[in-house]
Amino acid sequence: MSTTSFALGELQSTPATLRAQLRRAYFTESKFECLRALRAPAFAIPFLLSPVALYVLFGVLLAGSMSHGDAAVAKIMFVNWSIFGVMGPGMFGFGIFVATEREHGLLTLKRALPMPTAAYLLSKMIMTMFFSAIIMLSLVIAAVTFGHPGLTFVQYLEISVLVMFGSLPFCAVGLFIGTRASAKSAPAFANLAYLPFMHLGGLFYPLPKAVQPLEFISPTFHLDKLALRLVGAPSLDQLATGMSGPSSHGGPLVYGAVLAGITLFFAVLAIRRLARVG
Amino acid sequence: MKNECLAELSETTKRFGQLAALDGFSLQVWAGELLALLGPNGAGKSTAISLMLGLQPPDSGTAKLFGESPSMLTARRNIGVMMQEVALSPELRVREHIELVASYYPNPLAPDAAMQMTNTTPLAKRPYGKLSAGQKRQVQFAMAVVGQPKLLFLDEPTVGLDIQARTIMWATLRQLIRGGCSIVLTTHYLEEAEALADRVVVLAKGRTIASGSVHEMRSLVSRKHITCTTSLAPELVATWPEVQSVNLDRGRLQVTASNADIFVKRLVTTGATFEGLEVRSAGLAEAFTELTQEVNA
Repeated sequence: MSTTSFALGELQSTPATLRAQLRRAYFTESKFECLRALRAPAFAIPFLLSPVALYVLFGVLLAGSMSHGDAAVAKIMFVNWSIFGVMGPGMFGFGIFVATEREHGLLTLKRALPMPTAAYLLSKMIMTMFFSAIIMLSLVIAAVTFGHPGLTFVQYLEISVLVMFGSLPFCAVGLFIGTRASAKSAPAFANLAYLPFMHLGGLFYPLPKAVQPLEFISPTFHLDKLALRLVGAPSLDQLATGMSGPSSHGGPLVYGAVLAGITLFFAVLAIRRLARVG
Repeated sequence: MKNECLAELSETTKRFGQLAALDGFSLQVWAGELLALLGPNGAGKSTAISLMLGLQPPDSGTAKLFGESPSMLTARRNIGVMMQEVALSPELRVREHIELVASYYPNPLAPDAAMQMTNTTPLAKRPYGKLSAGQKRQVQFAMAVVGQPKLLFLDEPTVGLDIQARTIMWATLRQLIRGGCSIVLTTHYLEEAEALADRVVVLAKGRTIASGSVHEMRSLVSRKHITCTTSLAPELVATWPEVQSVNLDRGRLQVTASNADIFVKRLVTTGATFEGLEVRSAGLAEAFTELTQEVNA
């Protein structure tokens, strides 16, 4: 049996050491959140591998051969598959992990322990960004190697940063689902939001005119518009109809405002519920 | 140090719909004590703990932890917690879980020291999801102590532990108390409370129905258990007014009596032979059963 002395250590905490301790708590929480997501094969394998595999298959081989190597199509494919890539970790990472941790008592334990209040959500956000960074790196490598969308290094960087931050609305929607759904139903509810967001975003095909007014409710649509502007490419809708110029739904300020609004709306609802119910 | 109040509930009420989980319940946890919170299922123990931990606010009354609201980080930095039903991330290894919790505290033990203290060092590199139920409880105990808390909340800490692991945990708890830590323990194992607690509070229907030392709790039940080998017939003994029950087991007479002194005097007076006389007070378990039955009656 252990002979360790158990006398209580006296706390000699100055504001500086407390700040250092808080930084350590945020860093450790984020590190282990990333680590455990990487070690969860049901989460890591589909979200890390499917974007690059599907981009090469559909965005490079299929779309490339159908468009006879059209440069605009190559850009659209890279941007759209990048957005597809970052949607999943945000929505499912928050949705499923939060629902599971709520139901299994881990969130309650963390609330009882002196975990800094924001560390729980911040660590999940960092995990999502970390996954998004890996996804973007793999997509950029695939684009440079096979897709040839003709982007500069700066454009690759801009798109990567934009879509990484653009994952925040998906995190917020996922968090909202995670605070309300059970562990078993969270994947179903996350899919109920994920699939319409993906298809209404116009990532894979031009939407019929009758459905186009619904585009506005999908954060994917707004993120796609912003990202396409960065690379100077039209959307699939515009390409199909031969239109160019601004969309009828507004310009970059509107897209940015809608993305921020969706993020705030769902995050505030979710955080209020977490604070009230746990 | 003994008169320092570390956690306090004052006249707290908490309702869930029509059900009053706590009904004007008050409790103080003093420095250096091991307080056992006992009660049947649904008595309000978990609700009382969750109020002290700031997990939910009382409908009325106040909850304080180290003189502050339990929701304050500065208050919670002084506590360690082991909950009954919690599933930690199965992908993380044992040492990683302990390191994570250590990062929440300003002056924690090294994870290796916490594992040594709780006998979990051999599990350090194993994924949490691969552990047995008992091993998981040991790891959760290591997480509870790694922050060097002044006050530990332990909810059914030894459920699922084998006898050796339970003995080690009891010894560690005693050492923590000697080191100045205070402990609030909820348990269904009354022998655990009997072995460890300085003070016992018994709850039923959201109220305190008894509190005091284990000895005081036992003395609430006046009956004694007497055993001896004697030539007297059990049927005769059963007629004595102080005798509540009689049983003959492998030649030994087992008697429950309301007054052991009168019983022994009468036994001597009969002139019958007897040997191996043992008189034992009621245990905490009997006191608990009697107290809670009275409330439910």
